[in-house]
Amino acid sequence: MTFAVVVFPGSNCDHDAYHAAKHVLGQQARFVWHKETSLGDADVVILPGGFSHGDYLRTGAIARFSPVMAAVREFAGAGRPVLGICNGFQILLECGLLPGAMLRNRDLKFHCEHVHVRVERTDTPFTSLCSPGQVLKVPIAHGEGNYFAPPETIDQLEKQHRVLFRYCTPSGAVTDQANPNGSLNGIAGICSEGRNVVGLMPHPERACELSVGSADGLVMFESAVHAMSRAGALQAVAR
Amino acid sequence: MSGIDQAVLDRHGIKDDEYERIVSLMGRTPNLTELGLFSVMWSEHCSYKSSRVHLKTLPTEGPRVVQGPGENAGAVDIGDGLAAVFKIESHNHPSFIEPYQGAATGVGGIIRDIFTMGARPIALLDALRFGPLSESQNRRILQGVVSGIGGYGNSIGIPTVGGEVMFDETYSGNPLVNVFCLGIAKHDALVKGKASGVGNPIYYVGAKTGRDGIHGATMASAEFDEKSAEKRPAVQVGDPFMEKLLLEACLEVMATDACVGVQDMGAAGLTCATSETGSRGGVGVEIDVALVPQRETGMTPYEIMLSESQERMLLIVKRGREAEVERIFEKWDLHAVKIGEVQDGDRLRIRHNGALVADVPNRALTDEAPLYRRPFQAPPNRAELAAIPATARGTQPSPRESFLSLLGSPTIASKRWIFQQYDYMVRTNTIALAGAGAGVVRVKGTSRALAMSVDGNGRFVLLDPRQGAKLALAEAARNVACAGGLPLGGTNCLNFGNPERPEIMWQFAEAVAGLGEACRALDIPITGGNVSLYNETDGKAILPTPVIGVVGVIEDASRLTLRAFPESALDIVLLGDNLGELGGSEYLKTIHGLVRGVPPALDLARERSLLQLLVGLSADGAVRSAHDCAEGGFAVTLAECCFENGGVGAKVDIPSASSDGGIDRLAATLFGESASRVIVSVEPSKTAAVLAKAAGAGIPAARIGTTGGAIIEIAIDGTAAISCQLSEAEARWATALAAALAHRAA
Repeated sequence: MTFAVVVFPGSNCDHDAYHAAKHVLGQQARFVWHKETSLGDADVVILPGGFSHGDYLRTGAIARFSPVMAAVREFAGAGRPVLGICNGFQILLECGLLPGAMLRNRDLKFHCEHVHVRVERTDTPFTSLCSPGQVLKVPIAHGEGNYFAPPETIDQLEKQHRVLFRYCTPSGAVTDQANPNGSLNGIAGICSEGRNVVGLMPHPERACELSVGSADGLVMFESAVHAMSRAGALQAVAR
Repeated sequence: MSGIDQAVLDRHGIKDDEYERIVSLMGRTPNLTELGLFSVMWSEHCSYKSSRVHLKTLPTEGPRVVQGPGENAGAVDIGDGLAAVFKIESHNHPSFIEPYQGAATGVGGIIRDIFTMGARPIALLDALRFGPLSESQNRRILQGVVSGIGGYGNSIGIPTVGGEVMFDETYSGNPLVNVFCLGIAKHDALVKGKASGVGNPIYYVGAKTGRDGIHGATMASAEFDEKSAEKRPAVQVGDPFMEKLLLEACLEVMATDACVGVQDMGAAGLTCATSETGSRGGVGVEIDVALVPQRETGMTPYEIMLSESQERMLLIVKRGREAEVERIFEKWDLHAVKIGEVQDGDRLRIRHNGALVADVPNRALTDEAPLYRRPFQAPPNRAELAAIPATARGTQPSPRESFLSLLGSPTIASKRWIFQQYDYMVRTNTIALAGAGAGVVRVKGTSRALAMSVDGNGRFVLLDPRQGAKLALAEAARNVACAGGLPLGGTNCLNFGNPERPEIMWQFAEAVAGLGEACRALDIPITGGNVSLYNETDGKAILPTPVIGVVGVIEDASRLTLRAFPESALDIVLLGDNLGELGGSEYLKTIHGLVRGVPPALDLARERSLLQLLVGLSADGAVRSAHDCAEGGFAVTLAECCFENGGVGAKVDIPSASSDGGIDRLAATLFGESASRVIVSVEPSKTAAVLAKAAGAGIPAARIGTTGGAIIEIAIDGTAAISCQLSEAEARWATALAAALAHRAA
């Protein structure tokens, strides 16, 4: 299984995603520079966190024009798994692979802390090994993670069960107090209509070892490995 | 015709005798550009002209020192062929004038110092000092500084893993922003800021040069007055994205061997980078400033040489390897421009479109800068400062009331409001979450971790500079040792007032002497640092504040020891003696509004044994937590051990202190700040062994109680002194800073 971690100028969680996939999970991982036009033999694509292009115009707004994004679109269009974490999520919003936009956190401050999110759906490649309603302790680190979309988009996301994670209390209650940034409906992460493109503001790659505060994020990477090996097995059977 | 008259000299901050020295070194009168070079290189900030004679007395060598002072940063050996490269630097003056950019560029500057050495920066710490938050200006400065540190550090992706913040009236017009950065490099991959190899090309990389920051170094070498706000154009603007690109590109270039030397352009910009690399390498350097990328038109050679625009680097590349280097910078969308080359001789030659506009011996700007043995004299009010006034005697608030007041004092209260705005986890190495003692990062690929702490209590230094500096080093080392780290080296940031005043110079000289003594006794060499003088506004100096950073190695990262009691039913053991010392304490300040008395005693030999004991206890897994007693004394320290751990309280009984601290024995026992004390929690089955080890090390130790319950209960000699719900104490501590910052004038 090969994880491709796309590196944009200003990405800074690229090494963390690489470390999680390669050293914690023991899978293959490699960096893909944003000027490349092919994702090669990638099985899973990760758009990592950071401040691509300094986030000077709007978070993720410039990165979507990077040459590699055509390949990412194609990869996503083929139904293959793409995970956008934090700035990677923002890039997915900017390039239209996921709907909505990010506003500044409602208190206008950067927040770095461990939060809890409730897993709403397990029918995606990144949540397949979670149990429904499972609460994960994962860190956030962002200034603009206040998810926003027009009411009809939110309705559609909810109807199509595309909200994957909501901020919650440690016991799993979705409350305004547990919402660190003001996101609508407590949304911390969503998926595409095809369910293969997933974006979230929390950092699962920073929660893969107990020594750094939590290992709850590992299940997302394990899910991807599980989903892909099952897909591979099915393909093999079909052949 | 150079047109240099008295007004020009004054504007450049050059004294008459300094001008005479310039003329004599040059063998002629300088032109205006040359005078500009001297003015920045001979500024206090760049030349250390008042401090050098004292700094030379600090111990800088040791078996683990890989790089001592004199380069962009120091380095110590951490095993496996790796070195920890670290330094602390101040950005006080700019942060007062423009808090956000001042602090942001302070972070950017120290990060450049680290990666210039070929090390990947992996951790930042900040030591901050502000005036009281009851004043709106101080709240504005704190908020701006915190945003600036976060804005830069978060974006570039280097975690801010710790630090400390203290408050005092003297910092009102003069906040302190001291930033520490640590990086990791292989020993054999360390890069020096040295030019060599005649004919080797000199490259300029990074942001374009503008008119910002011209004379920043000179500004940082002058006192403030009401006109300071007019100096805003001398504060630079930071671009963390540019620095991130520079960092990655430079590390990529340095991983090849195509470079012979690298120097960042910080204070004094291109002038410093060219003359220092030339003088360190004993070679000549020639550049044409017309080739320097500029973002404004019509810039003069003087402006280009003195600009302090941020995010710029100078590289000396091996001849023939140019294309390789250019290709790497091209990948990162950065332009690497050849602006000159290394030459025979020893001169810095500046050309402008070919015409020679400045020609100065490199060493005249660097090694030949003036060296002052400034007169120093103890201030006349020493006896007065040492005495605790009678007004502080008599009836004290109840211990419980004082306890809560101290927990709510901004110096002691939780700094969560601050560090939550910093990304302290990026790069997934942070194994001790911010805000609980030393910052600790693991070193991936090894079993080790690095613990680091910055400390410096200005009150102690005011009351006795020599003693205060010793206490600062001891506290930083103790914090590192509490986490299980063996201290390997230190860095210092010496923040003082105007050295031209003999009593300030006395504070400085005494503090450096005390620091040197403590470094030798504790075996912690100083590998570099920074001096910030002229921290005065309208003639009123800050508390003399040497901030000492200490770095230690934890051999087995899994043995890391944290501050909080992890669970109930553990024994609580107090290491060290309670001498009931209230001089310079937070109690005296918070309850009585006084900075008076004699700072705590410090037995350096015992401190050394304590450090070794702590490292050993942690490595053996003999203790479950360890926390050093500092501001607020025993009672506050015990409370901090109970906080942020899901509500594990404590019940203890301690003996009365041996003194009343000049005020009151109860207060002295609970809140006295005697040094070399640590609260540890221990599995009951291991308590006897811990006590025996302490006895073997000559450290007084006693089991004083048990963890657990929802209450913090402290008795003295069997009589209840404080009983407070943990939730009430923690709420006071957790919310005080945010509440003080939310304060709005009616």
